[in-house]
Amino acid sequence: MGNENKYTHVSYLEHQGRFKGIMSWLTSTDHKKIGLMYLYAIVVFFLAAAVLGLLMRIEKMNPGADIMDAQTYNGIFTLHGVIMIFIVVIPGIAAVFGNFFLPIMIGAKDVAFPKLNLFSWYVYITGAILGVLSQFAGDGPPDTGWTFYVPYSADSNTNVIFALTAAFVLGFSSILTGLNFIVTIHRLRAPGMSWFKMPLFPWSLYATAWIQLLATPIVGITLLMVIAERVLHIGFFDPALGGDPLLFQHLFWIYSHPAVYVMILPAMGVVTEIFPTFSQKPVFGYGAIAISSLAIAFVGYFVWGHHMFTTGISYWSRWFFSFLTFIVAVPSAIKVFNWISTMYGGSIDLKPPLLYAISFIFLFLIGGFTGLTLGALATNVHLHDTDFVVAHFHYIIFGGMGFAFFAAMHYWYPKIYGRMYSDKLAYIAWGILFVGFNLLYFPLFIIGIQGMPRRYFDYLPEFHTGQMISSIGAYILFTGLILMIGNLIYHRRRGAVAPSNPWNGVTLEWQIESPPTHENFDEIPVIKHPPYLFKKNDTN
Amino acid sequence: MTNHSGHPHQIDSETGKMGMWLFLFTELFLFGGLFLAYAVLRIQHAEGFHRAAQELDIFIGTLNTVVLLVSSMTVAMSITALQKGNKNLSIGLILITVLLAGVFMVNKYFEWSHKFEHHLWPGSEVYLNLDRTEITFYGLYYMMTGLHALHVFIGAILLIVTVFRIKAGVQHAGHYVLLENSALYWHLVDLIWIFLFPLLYLIT
Repeated sequence: MGNENKYTHVSYLEHQGRFKGIMSWLTSTDHKKIGLMYLYAIVVFFLAAAVLGLLMRIEKMNPGADIMDAQTYNGIFTLHGVIMIFIVVIPGIAAVFGNFFLPIMIGAKDVAFPKLNLFSWYVYITGAILGVLSQFAGDGPPDTGWTFYVPYSADSNTNVIFALTAAFVLGFSSILTGLNFIVTIHRLRAPGMSWFKMPLFPWSLYATAWIQLLATPIVGITLLMVIAERVLHIGFFDPALGGDPLLFQHLFWIYSHPAVYVMILPAMGVVTEIFPTFSQKPVFGYGAIAISSLAIAFVGYFVWGHHMFTTGISYWSRWFFSFLTFIVAVPSAIKVFNWISTMYGGSIDLKPPLLYAISFIFLFLIGGFTGLTLGALATNVHLHDTDFVVAHFHYIIFGGMGFAFFAAMHYWYPKIYGRMYSDKLAYIAWGILFVGFNLLYFPLFIIGIQGMPRRYFDYLPEFHTGQMISSIGAYILFTGLILMIGNLIYHRRRGAVAPSNPWNGVTLEWQIESPPTHENFDEIPVIKHPPYLFKKNDTN
Repeated sequence: MTNHSGHPHQIDSETGKMGMWLFLFTELFLFGGLFLAYAVLRIQHAEGFHRAAQELDIFIGTLNTVVLLVSSMTVAMSITALQKGNKNLSIGLILITVLLAGVFMVNKYFEWSHKFEHHLWPGSEVYLNLDRTEITFYGLYYMMTGLHALHVFIGAILLIVTVFRIKAGVQHAGHYVLLENSALYWHLVDLIWIFLFPLLYLIT
């Protein structure tokens, strides 16, 4: 078959460094190879955590204990959360596509600190392995939920320390990646690329990187404090030792709420690249999208208290956090309007990447509006810690970040591998995923409103229908995932050879060969135009 | 800018320094979490903090403050020495800095072991029988000074690595990013101590 090299250039995939085979990857400081190493690690962990999610859904298909006991269920939802949040979603788009495309899109040959970049990957893998070890080493899987709330996480006899350390180490990796991106964007933009000539995906990464940099250390120290509390009986949070459990929640959410924007901002950046390309129209409101990324990053620091409305914090702080939570919806809405306006009047080509991007908007809107329901004080008290919350954040994180990740995968696949996947299979997989997703998570809104608490492994019979539909959705979703990933893996070597610019994109990554050469550019381009100019005789 | 046309893996000193500054921000925020915890617990347990702080040895604390301030000065001087091409003086000044770091750690060792002699370590029987408010003070004390000591240790290693790089001629009058960054890190260690000292020792 067509396995021989069909390109006229030596791509980064064939580039020989000092070592051959697997070592050429593990020692490579090429940002593209590192991006792919993140990709493979993340896909493996994603599938593992998805299987855990499926197990939970199987358990909840019928009332009563079916395939596991309550303690196992606690362990499974904790590990599902820890892997999905800390290992998959937070690094996710930034580590994979950010690493791969940020330098290319700003016309650089690599990130500012290539060795640090490789080091971050090793730190990431170390953290990920620690996270998995927490399941097997010591006294059984941690059962605290991914939020590690004290006092339970300080008391639980399970293997919490491993999970805490894992999250700490992963945070360190996240900080280093963010630092690298900020310096790269500041120092390595191609000549002529002023801030407002920079494409919008790098803009979103820039905003994200600042959150990674400034918020992650807070959760780092918080996790260390819980470890110290467990090991040394230091009383930061334990009331019996004079501590304050609410302090933990404050410190934890000061990071973990901005972390939501670490997940969603790069996702927004991805779809912002996709809409102009498949509408063949400049993005509508470039400045508004760029600035709204920074606005989200900024306001995102001040909304953590909306996780704590029912903890007994003062009336005025609840009022204030609720208010700010509504404010943060404004820049998100601005982006949505801009994406839709970008498509308006464009020559729309409904290829798989655009399909994923549009479903991103759809799912993100449902997640966003239900977020307002939760951000409002009165409704929050009713919905707090119900399945409504679970549905809400899955719509945001999976429907938002997850679908944007799939969109990015389909959008940049030809550039990364130099091959095309099967469009037909991609459409089918998308259909299955979309139906499965909504079937899985939408019923949770309804039973959540009816009073189904989250994190419970058993439930009253009246929730049976909702749970059953949701579990069926889980099977469908999982099928779609397998089909989508299978399509991408299969065509990695067997797909048709991709041209350098299959979608008629205008940003820099489409102006170089597919797959790119080792150093991206033979000659650093000089930027004269704003990005996203689609007039016929204007580019190339 | 020159770095655009040149080899991309060549880090110019501005880029290197910027990375270090950003990293230092994260370090500040790391300690910031502890300072926040300090503020909250202090408000709740002002009296216990007052009582417990009296047990700390102000003399050793002051001595360590002076030691760190002097070491910050010597490391700053070593940069100037290297800039002027005086390699040996620069190395000497860095070694003095490392020595002062050692003095700091020895003092810390005496201070902690003195507490341990009174069976006052986290989790000990004496410790757990203290007043709840004093427990939180000692918890913060051990955590903050312990984390700070870890940073002193890392900083000293960084400085020793720098010495070898200067000896090897990698860091010289024309290119001294690593020395500058190690020095920045050392100043941070100093700076954090300057906040820890009054908060822990002088609040009686």
